[in-house]
Amino acid sequence: MNGKYHTHISSRHKWYELHLKEVWQYRDLIVLFTKRTFTLTYKQTVLGPAWIFLNPLISSIIYAFVFGGIAGIGTEGVPQILFYLSSNAIWIFFSTCVTKNATTFTANANVFGKVYFPRLTIPLSNALAAVIQFFVQMILVIVFLVYYVATGAVHPNWAAFLLIPFVLLHLGMLGLGCGIIISSLTTKYRDLAILVTFGVQLWMYITPIVYPISQLENEFARALLMINPVTAPVEVFRYAILGQGTIMPGYIILSALLTVVLVIVGVMIFNKVEKTFMDTV
Amino acid sequence: MSNKNEDREVAVQLSGVKKMYKLGQIGGGTLQGDIQSWWARVRHKEDPNTKIGTDQRLIGQTFMALNGIDLTIYKGEALGIIGGNGAGKSTLLKLLSRVTAPTAGEIDIYGRIASMLEVGTGFNGEMTGRENVYMNGAILGMTKAEIDAKMEDIIEFSEVREFIDTPVKRYSSGMYVKLAFSVAAHLDSEIMIMDEVLAVGDMAFQKKCLDKMRDAAKKQGRTVLYVSHNMNTIRQLCDRCVVLNQGKVVFEGGVEESISMYMNSSKSLAVVNDCSGERKSKFTDKKIHIDTVTFVGTDFPVYQTGDTIHVKVDYNSKENMSNLAMRMTVLSPDKNAVGLASSRPCIVATEGENTTTLSLALDWLAPGKYIVKLTAYSVNEFGMNQMHDIVEDCFAFEKVQTLNDNNRMNWNHSWWGYIMFPELEVK
Repeated sequence: MNGKYHTHISSRHKWYELHLKEVWQYRDLIVLFTKRTFTLTYKQTVLGPAWIFLNPLISSIIYAFVFGGIAGIGTEGVPQILFYLSSNAIWIFFSTCVTKNATTFTANANVFGKVYFPRLTIPLSNALAAVIQFFVQMILVIVFLVYYVATGAVHPNWAAFLLIPFVLLHLGMLGLGCGIIISSLTTKYRDLAILVTFGVQLWMYITPIVYPISQLENEFARALLMINPVTAPVEVFRYAILGQGTIMPGYIILSALLTVVLVIVGVMIFNKVEKTFMDTV
Repeated sequence: MSNKNEDREVAVQLSGVKKMYKLGQIGGGTLQGDIQSWWARVRHKEDPNTKIGTDQRLIGQTFMALNGIDLTIYKGEALGIIGGNGAGKSTLLKLLSRVTAPTAGEIDIYGRIASMLEVGTGFNGEMTGRENVYMNGAILGMTKAEIDAKMEDIIEFSEVREFIDTPVKRYSSGMYVKLAFSVAAHLDSEIMIMDEVLAVGDMAFQKKCLDKMRDAAKKQGRTVLYVSHNMNTIRQLCDRCVVLNQGKVVFEGGVEESISMYMNSSKSLAVVNDCSGERKSKFTDKKIHIDTVTFVGTDFPVYQTGDTIHVKVDYNSKENMSNLAMRMTVLSPDKNAVGLASSRPCIVATEGENTTTLSLALDWLAPGKYIVKLTAYSVNEFGMNQMHDIVEDCFAFEKVQTLNDNNRMNWNHSWWGYIMFPELEVK
């Protein structure tokens, strides 16, 4: 039995030890955390899970009113409600991955301080919850899509729908990577937790979410948009759903490479911080 | 004892474990604060984030919560960890349960660890009892299938079956704790770590928990590490103890010896006992001050049945008294009163230095180590007591068992108490 479970705790931390196998052993916990996110959000609300539809619908209507109506930003002929609804779904998915994970350590300090389990289960369950939320929102998008396809207002690239899971994986990892890096830093510097809310808002405006790329004529803004690693995957998503935008392989590969680096660096920092963060949090 | 241990399987091995904490503020708390401090240092200016009135030398100083712990814990033993506040008990448990990492040293753990530093970790008020059992079980390392298999046992043990599908925010605090403890008690782990979690629930439930823990160690061969300030639960549960003091293991051995060691670390057996220290009691008028207490007729205060303690008490009196009395409260090593011996109020004291010799027969006292609290008081004409001086932990003595005692078994205080009655007569 001794050989079966042997844990060695040392003061020396090896940066390449990622303990991913252990995370897999705790997969039931990830599922439970994910479930908890949903059950808790809608407990003791009158409308309950209906909010999961109402939320994006209301914000899409506001976007349509502010950006489409007042600011007069065009949507390349795509019906406004569908444009904003689909943009909103993909952006909420990404931003949830960033903001939720950015508070991993501070929000769970009381649990982390009492019992050990692989800390990565929390970011992973947050990402999983974001995926589920995305798919629920997609139901709403599909309803509008079916209507507009029937009326001939949009022409989706159905084949490109197969790329959506990869877009999710790509953006999910990117968000997770950013989130856990921020969360590792917030154990010492609480400022980042506040900054991240503004940061993500700002990030949305340099991502083609409330406007299509074609609306941007300023050279500098366009360059900024292309450097942004979120742009390329969002364009793929929009290409599939709305049949507009372009697939830019070069930028996708660049963004994917950046994502891989961010995730690896993130997990490393995270594993380093999780060992002793209880002493500084 | 150590010979017996050598062929036993090791459950936990600690070698040279140290844990350092930084004293003073950790960082500025904010990035801005850190940058400010750094900028001030660069310009050799005073750090704007230094708290006024703090000793600057302290900042950056460190504190060793654990200062080189070497300890071997064997499989199937129930080990008690005792020590005063700040001795490092909780830090040790935190390291073992992997909540934080050691600053130096190595720890090897053979087996899965279930740590109960707190019961109900991860419990959420909005979720029902059953949902929380799943959540808490998974946090403690069980898979869903394992929890499913144990659900019935957990509910049965928790005694909250009727409320299992009610949100736990509606639970009484007792129910909450019972359910939480049940989950932890049903873990399949080889090593269980508990930090005073038993100090909850009603008496009946506490006993049930202790029994469960003892079964885990004795019958299922699991290892139990238990930290508590309650010496009675330590006695009931543990078969070996470790005494920590200032981050180091100062004693390792039997439960009773360890408890005396810990409880009595301030008072050791000595012939001459200096009592000139500060008095804490507020009930005395301080007319008498006991200076020293010296054992007479012995070179070491160890006695047997039939012996009588003689102590010479030197004290200073502020006035002449003719109705002075003294009494000795005999305490067990964990400071529970065992008995009282009073003198008649017939001691005559004159202003200035006085000496009185007191004698106490030990015939009925059970073997063991004792501490005595000495009180000087006088009785007035109405029969009222007026306290003059009280010396806590005045002196200590030991009574040893001899072959002449009617009971020749090794005296266990938790079973037999502190009185050894005269031999039972058979007629």
